[in-house]
Amino acid sequence: MVTLADYGEYETAWCPGCGNFAILNAVKQALVKADLAPQQVLFVSGIGQAAKLPHYLNANVFNGLHGRSLPVATGAKLANPGLVVIAESGDGCNYGEGGNHFLAALRRNIDITLLVHDNRVYGLTKGQASPTSPEGFVTKAQPLGNPSIPFNPIAVATVMKAGFVARGFAGDVEHLSDLIVQAISHRGFSLVDILQPCVSFNKVNTFSWFKERCRKLDANHDPTDIHAALEVAMAEEDEIPIGVIYQNDRPPFEDKLGLTANGPVKTGETERREAFEKILSAYY
Amino acid sequence: MTSINLCICGEAGQGLVTIGQLLAKCLVRAGYHIVVTQSYQSRIRGGHNAFFIRVGASPITAPVGPIDLLVPLNEESIEIHRGEMAADGWIFRDADYGMDGDRNLPVPYASFGGGIYVNIAAFAVTGCLLGLDTSLMEGMVREAFGKKGDAASEKNLSVLARTVEWAKNLDIDFKGLPAPASPSRRMMVNGNEAIALGAVAAGVRCGFFYPMTPATSIILTLIKHAREAGIVMEQAEDEIAAVNMAIGASFCGARSMVATSGGGYALMTEGVSLAAMTETPLVIAIAQRPGPATGLPTRTEQGDLEFVLHGGHGEFPRAVFAPGDVTACFALTVKAFDVAEASQGPVFILTDQFLADSYRAVEPFTWPEATGNPAERDREISPEDYQRYALTDDGVSPRAFPGQSGALVVADSDEHTEAGHITEDLRLRPRMVRKRLRKMARIREAVVPPVFSGDASPELLFVCWGSTMGAVEEAVETLRREGRRAAMLHFSQVWPLRPGDFMDTLESAEKVVAVEGNATSQFARLIRRETGFAITRHVNRYDGLPITPGFILDGIARMGKGV
Repeated sequence: MVTLADYGEYETAWCPGCGNFAILNAVKQALVKADLAPQQVLFVSGIGQAAKLPHYLNANVFNGLHGRSLPVATGAKLANPGLVVIAESGDGCNYGEGGNHFLAALRRNIDITLLVHDNRVYGLTKGQASPTSPEGFVTKAQPLGNPSIPFNPIAVATVMKAGFVARGFAGDVEHLSDLIVQAISHRGFSLVDILQPCVSFNKVNTFSWFKERCRKLDANHDPTDIHAALEVAMAEEDEIPIGVIYQNDRPPFEDKLGLTANGPVKTGETERREAFEKILSAYY
Repeated sequence: MTSINLCICGEAGQGLVTIGQLLAKCLVRAGYHIVVTQSYQSRIRGGHNAFFIRVGASPITAPVGPIDLLVPLNEESIEIHRGEMAADGWIFRDADYGMDGDRNLPVPYASFGGGIYVNIAAFAVTGCLLGLDTSLMEGMVREAFGKKGDAASEKNLSVLARTVEWAKNLDIDFKGLPAPASPSRRMMVNGNEAIALGAVAAGVRCGFFYPMTPATSIILTLIKHAREAGIVMEQAEDEIAAVNMAIGASFCGARSMVATSGGGYALMTEGVSLAAMTETPLVIAIAQRPGPATGLPTRTEQGDLEFVLHGGHGEFPRAVFAPGDVTACFALTVKAFDVAEASQGPVFILTDQFLADSYRAVEPFTWPEATGNPAERDREISPEDYQRYALTDDGVSPRAFPGQSGALVVADSDEHTEAGHITEDLRLRPRMVRKRLRKMARIREAVVPPVFSGDASPELLFVCWGSTMGAVEEAVETLRREGRRAAMLHFSQVWPLRPGDFMDTLESAEKVVAVEGNATSQFARLIRRETGFAITRHVNRYDGLPITPGFILDGIARMGKGV
């Protein structure tokens, strides 16, 4: 039996009141609910305050470069499909610097869970607009207000028929941890976009701003209905639906490659040598 | 004549590469030596492409300029290459082309089948007049077209038979080659294929790429053999993704590689630095083409040496191999994987378009006994207190792989503790820097020393690296036949340099000339930086074409009496 204690308690580098604490709790609870031991799990993160999360629990960790959590996670999963691979980073990392990787991951549908801490602002670099910042959002870098409209990750992931698309809120840990459990157990690419306040740099989308707007999806919502899902994804923000917005059973990338749980890592020496000799025969 | 330089040329899409390959393979099977040079344009159809086969009964190592036999598949080709013809060179051309003059053979292609069968007829005429056995050519046609069904194969065989029958009865003054020494069984492989086969032999498990000329055929060769060899290949969304995927796979214990050219490598440099910081083995094959920017996408150059030496932010060890020929492409790729694993960081294989596409007849590649699956050779670790970056005497920390032992493996691109966690402990930082740099000793131990050949006490010493080896070798032979005391010093590893391996040679030569396929003598400058030894004479080629023995000899001649 896996317990919360297996995942440890660590001192963090986050601001007091940061939504990351709640997300960390939700992640640990989810791993315990899913009965996954730390050895079975690989966290891959990028750079940013969110990307530090894997340092604050016990697991295998690759904390790579800004924007690159998904490609590293993809390589790791292909090398060892038996691992539970979770990519975790912020909105800037995944939707900005790593935007191309996000789009490609949706298409590949590799069995990775992507947890995006979406606070709609760059925190670690002290307060510039992020890809999800609202239009008109004023920062020191965007003094006239953010001229661009926000990226809609949920709508994009739905349109691209990602395997599992959900939105959570750091203010509801129980609900969020349930979403993460579902995301991990889904075979295919799973996105959980997690709304969270940034107490230091986002004075618009505050905890109470989110709290007032986030509503659990109606029990009638059918996540396998892509049109219903898109309607939810495109909804105006006076009410923000949280929950599983879209889901399908598209076969994961690994299945198409015919990979077994062992992946390519353990092919034996004799086998490889025989293959090598056979391959050479075409060159004479 | 010791060798024949033959050129099959025409538009892209005419199938000239196919007949070039078939002919080259027949020549190899017959026991000849070959050096293939492929000249093509950055387009899919049209334009002008040429497939050069220099063929010799005894060993040859370089491309040469003058064409002894031109096989044009369109009329325009004759105009393009007329100026390159050797004095006694022949043109085997379609009888329908209007053309006068000596030493040109009108071939009635239309009567052999015309249309799509011109290729096979051209193959047959050329092979027949070079002295190839008909049965050898028949066998090749069966192999090549058998897959397309019996009808296609039979039709091609009948065109072959008719053409050979015609060619056999010709009475022309075209001198073929002497029969080669007893043919041993050899492979026909180009530089890119040799790198891919080296990777297979080294146990590569994962390869990631974004297509880029002239590196793509490394990847395509791996993909061709991926199922059989149990390799996972994925076309990434860009080179940044490719290199990060390779690092992710390598972190999990799979030997992994990427292949690209200069522009793709530019995008990969952050990954080079990441491999260094996270101490993850990574093999990067780079087939150079002329830059800057998009440059000449399908031509050759050695212009990215300094970029490869320095690409990636921060200070860390690396190794850079620069194979001189196809056999070295294979052997040094195997070695690159071993060095990457021994030093837990980035290792480069640096070639160029010329070598990438250059088919040669090579002795069979052999299974490298020493290499193997990294997971099987993992050191003993203790899972409970495992630390990925444990400080050790040689800087190398035992690797464990996620999910393969009880150990939790933590790696970080930030400066990190021994356990792999992010740190800003500024007393630990210098220790971690030194730990990473200490691994250079492992790389240095394994350095492939430069190869010296030629006159034992040379008045003229050529220094070269990478694919120019064959051209320099032949230039040295020519000079020695003319009575000059000439020699070559060739580097197939350009980083790190061990001055003890070569300083005596450099200092004892009367005159030293650096031969490089770039404009700024990057390797000569590297030698000066590392040793203080200044090479002041240079032969540089940067028009996109490979260096030939003739180009070197011309360069020497231009230097005047003192050289």
